[in-house]
Amino acid sequence: MPEILVEAHPIDAVFRTDRLPHIFCPGCGIGPTMHAYAQAILESGIPKDQHACVSGIGCTARVPGYMDVDSYHTTHGRSIPFALAIALVKPEMEVTVFSGDGDLFGIGGNHFIHAARRNVDINVICINNFNYGMTGGQAGPTLPLGAKATTAPYGNTEPPFNLPYLAAACGAVFVARWTALHVRQLKDAILRAMQKKGFTFIEVLSPCPVGFGSPNDIGDAIEEVWLYRERCVVNHDAYLPDLEIDLRRKDVPFVMGNFVDIDKAPFDPLAMMKNKGE
Amino acid sequence: MAGVSVRQPLDRKAVRIPRGQLYIIPERCKGCRFCIDFCPRDVLVETTEMNAKGYHYPVVAEGKEDECIACQFCSILCPEFAIYTEETVEEESVE
Repeated sequence: MPEILVEAHPIDAVFRTDRLPHIFCPGCGIGPTMHAYAQAILESGIPKDQHACVSGIGCTARVPGYMDVDSYHTTHGRSIPFALAIALVKPEMEVTVFSGDGDLFGIGGNHFIHAARRNVDINVICINNFNYGMTGGQAGPTLPLGAKATTAPYGNTEPPFNLPYLAAACGAVFVARWTALHVRQLKDAILRAMQKKGFTFIEVLSPCPVGFGSPNDIGDAIEEVWLYRERCVVNHDAYLPDLEIDLRRKDVPFVMGNFVDIDKAPFDPLAMMKNKGE
Repeated sequence: MAGVSVRQPLDRKAVRIPRGQLYIIPERCKGCRFCIDFCPRDVLVETTEMNAKGYHYPVVAEGKEDECIACQFCSILCPEFAIYTEETVEEESVE
């Protein structure tokens, strides 16, 4: 059967279609992640008006503007404090923070570790494109050793963050890492995160053809996705300190998986106060 | 050689290969080629037509009209939500 040209997509129910097509570069990994998130919203069984999507500043932070759920675009790095407040005041809401690595770990690093420590009931989806894409490809806190960026023209010399290890060490109850190519596994991970009470963290390795690809001799987005396809291995029981990404060492794979899935009491100061009064 | 029997799955008669119908939204496509490269059945090719932004959107390749099995991988992978598949209802059984 030949293709049929149409004007609408079944997933449009979760998007603000008047804002589409979005501003992301051709082949950007934010699109598949948005689709996985939208699919998870539909499959979660939670009504659309009980979802909230919060972001900071950056390319990824524009996602809530395209989602047809309650959404808020906060100042740089402050997405987690805002989400924390929604989660505490409206416990019935399913709050998801959708932001980039520069926003969550560069500017908002402290908010992340303390929200994870308290085990606040929010889901954090971090799209890791290894650089500050929106401002012109500067070196971010996750840029792999040796990789080039606008502000690291001879190769990065600063060791990057190992995000799943950091999240697990801070006390997140669910920690996963997938790429923008592993869309089905990513959707399942987001669904699992929505079902869990407590602080959940999902890192999504995403192609960034303009900011990260071009200075590092990766021709376009599809080439970066093929790189993920060739170098990724799934190991749910991986030893977390070994999850660092090093582009120079071709023998070391990128490890994917749902690494942590534990149960812990979520942060609920109101319940604590009530118990004290009794 | 006579008498050689090829082992067949027991439910071979019951199993049907799903058939998919592709739907494409040309105006959303940005030509990243994800759907073309990662289609497990290699159903898609770039068209020579252009959309309003000058990108070549995907179309079903010639001779591959019956190859789509509605796995929906292109649908969930497309960064622009510009392609999806639906399983068609009437299929013929596997011969």
